[in-house]
Amino acid sequence: MADKLISKIPDGPLAEKWTKRKSEIRLVSPNNKRKLEVIVVGTGLGGASAAASLGELGYNVKVFCISDSPRRAHSIAAQGGINAANNYQNDNDSVYRLFYDTIKGGDYRSREANVYRLAEVSAAIIDQCVAQGIPFAREYGGYLANRSFGGVQVSRTFYARGQTGQQLLLGAYASLNKEIAAGTVKSYPRHEMLDLVIINGQAKGIIARNLVTGKLERFGAHAVVIATGGYGNTYFLSTNAMNSNGSAAWQCYKKGAFFANPCFAQIHPTCIPRHGDQQCKLTLMSESLRNDGRIWVPNNLDDVKKLRAHEIKASQIPEERRDYYLERRYPAFGNLVPRDVASRAAKERCDAGFGVNETGQAVFLDFADAIKRLGHQRVAERYGNLFDMYEKITNSSPWEEPMMIYPAIHYTMGGIWVDYDLQTTVPGLFAIGEANFSDHGGNRLGASALMQGLADGYFILPVTIGDYLSHKFAEPKTDINAPEFEEAEKAVQARIDKLFSIKGKQPVDALHKKLGNIMWDYVGMARDEKGLKKAIEEIQALKKEFWSDVCVTGTNEEFNQELEKALRLADFLEIGELMARDALNRTESCGGHFRVESQTPEGEAQRDDANFMYVSAWEYKGEDKEPELHKEPLKYEFIEVKTRNYKD
Amino acid sequence: MDFKLKIWRQKNAKAQGHFETYEIKGIEEDASFLEMLDILNEQLIREGADPVAVDKGCKSSGPVSFDHDCREGICGACSLYIDGRAHGPDSQVTTCQLFMRHFKDGATITVEPWRSSGFPIIKDLVVDRSAFDKILQAGGFISVRTGAAQDANNILIPHEKAEKSMDAAACVGCGACVATCKNGSAMLFVGARVSSLALLPQGRPEAARRARAMVAKMDELGFGNCTNTRACEMECPKGISVDHIARLNREFLKAKFSE
Repeated sequence: MADKLISKIPDGPLAEKWTKRKSEIRLVSPNNKRKLEVIVVGTGLGGASAAASLGELGYNVKVFCISDSPRRAHSIAAQGGINAANNYQNDNDSVYRLFYDTIKGGDYRSREANVYRLAEVSAAIIDQCVAQGIPFAREYGGYLANRSFGGVQVSRTFYARGQTGQQLLLGAYASLNKEIAAGTVKSYPRHEMLDLVIINGQAKGIIARNLVTGKLERFGAHAVVIATGGYGNTYFLSTNAMNSNGSAAWQCYKKGAFFANPCFAQIHPTCIPRHGDQQCKLTLMSESLRNDGRIWVPNNLDDVKKLRAHEIKASQIPEERRDYYLERRYPAFGNLVPRDVASRAAKERCDAGFGVNETGQAVFLDFADAIKRLGHQRVAERYGNLFDMYEKITNSSPWEEPMMIYPAIHYTMGGIWVDYDLQTTVPGLFAIGEANFSDHGGNRLGASALMQGLADGYFILPVTIGDYLSHKFAEPKTDINAPEFEEAEKAVQARIDKLFSIKGKQPVDALHKKLGNIMWDYVGMARDEKGLKKAIEEIQALKKEFWSDVCVTGTNEEFNQELEKALRLADFLEIGELMARDALNRTESCGGHFRVESQTPEGEAQRDDANFMYVSAWEYKGEDKEPELHKEPLKYEFIEVKTRNYKD
Repeated sequence: MDFKLKIWRQKNAKAQGHFETYEIKGIEEDASFLEMLDILNEQLIREGADPVAVDKGCKSSGPVSFDHDCREGICGACSLYIDGRAHGPDSQVTTCQLFMRHFKDGATITVEPWRSSGFPIIKDLVVDRSAFDKILQAGGFISVRTGAAQDANNILIPHEKAEKSMDAAACVGCGACVATCKNGSAMLFVGARVSSLALLPQGRPEAARRARAMVAKMDELGFGNCTNTRACEMECPKGISVDHIARLNREFLKAKFSE
């Protein structure tokens, strides 16, 4: 099976690989494109931009989303910005620097060629988005404005207030609407993919549940594109939207697509701390806040005690009793270190007893200096809406007292394994955006998720999928009455029937919270062998508990959110186990994956390049069987692999 | 905090709806409104799964269905009419960003779905807003092909213009404007999109066609007319101004005169 992991990276110099690949790709003539059907699942930045671009090219596209409109996909919640190497600031930015920062930020666990291509197409994304009418922030002269994000020393992030994801998604959604109006794309909102259909070893369609009527529907195509985002909600509490889930990707895994680096999950340092047990969702505060906000805790436990007892306010603690621990530990990058580094540093301080709220799990993000330096108006222009949002949620004003923040699960770098063409190990099945694994290695830099989603959807997949489809135009339309569809639909129906038949006592959310606790405790910010083994055991036990005691109310033949959640949790339980398994295998610390056993004397992550410079790609081997690990070695031909250093 | 909840229950689009009343206790004041509903649902599921509770006459219609997703006030999925106001008593927030500290302990809270003929009910508090997609498909875009764009900095847009366009582009498409309008008009929603694009040079070439097509589609789908009560602006979670309706009217008239 090892020969399945062929990355198809073109030969030649790094900067010429994408051009070379594009020139090799066979074209499909316009009259043949009309005969070809493509299914796109998901309408976030990746899915919407891919569906729109494929529609423009003349393919027949069917696009699916679980929400009532494509516009609601969770890309919409990205706040801070999108990176691109336009170098409009003349700060010596370049495609190479964006590439290098991304590889380094990912802790040398991503592919050189993919990341270089991402940087290469980044400028075209901004051009495209401006042409679509996205109101990016502008300087007074009318030129585009930029800001900085973590892990870099240039200003290359484009933004639209704190709503960049929303504006980019509305742009892609508008392009999608244009194609829906033109009849090249047919949209299926409130439809959830529940299985992938494979005929003769090739992806040929999906089974989807109409979420309004409950009816299982069959859809055939010549190729299927998965753009369904990440699996961060395995942890129950995360910054992901409530309905974000890993199920579509997981069905692909169970049908033969390898799942890569599942243990690489990103924990975002600036989220609003938990308020109590009734919480279902954590809210992110944009990383852009770290441009001007300074992170600190008191340097003495006496002040901590008084803060927790509400005897003093943060603003009353004088400068000399504060520990700006990121500035102290990482002078070169200060508050703008990458997310994994900032998160671990916050945990380190809180574990040492310096957490500043009652739960002991919070640090300050302070704007007092920025307000003094820039004035109220300029701070309001940059962060006003984020300040308002924070105040609405916490009832405390960042203008008067520093924000309180704590790390939370935010993004998953792991995902379906894909080759350079974004094709999975199943021919005809492609994965883009957060759903694949390819570009961010062990840690994603801020403002790079939007970049990747749109790079894949606008500029990469529409080209590479052509190579596969160029062999398919002579094939007839996929017959949805084929036995493979019959069988897949029956299996889905059986899964649903089984869930209803359990009639247990525990609501789905109650079981999901249990999974979340296991994941956060043992597969969270610090992992060790004992904990991971325990996690696998506990998840397996919880899976049994789920399948014997879950309570799914209502029936299939109706709008039924409890059933939706139960189907997703069934998959999260399995995803969680694979994450723990992958984390157990990777005994090094790397990016967002921190193994307690592998750290430097100063407590920094210690990679093990000799043994782990590979992508782990897991192959499904059947129910209750151990998955098989395949390794794709990572070769760095063009850069020198170093220890990440944000100190000097 | 304890509350009495009067919630609209309706099995599906065709069924007759009715209010059911529930009691809920021990809610943290920092809990969001939707977290409170999550807790209610967990309670209803446990009661439903408990034969003793069922024997005692617990015959609720099961957990309450409601649309929600990001819970950060940006996806526009949540859509509740709470105590007679779209998105409830707080201003400039979606329901997911409404917190229980805005209610009095012991209060009775009435929860209804969006009420508008443009948004038929799917179940309980969930409505069908696909009409909004259809209006945008009629013209809410700039016809640019992927890859056809020029260098982004070749299109200069003054800071103030970009900010104004962004004010309108902040619309989350939740439908509060329609739900709160006595005419069930979608003018704020349409105005926001038309205005956002009309303010930018990229949006000008299609401005007339866009205004005409989107207004025609809105009329066709049964949304009412605007009579300038400004209720939409009051209830818009993103504070979108009726100035954008004025700009839509200007664009629409210009389009008519140029015909």
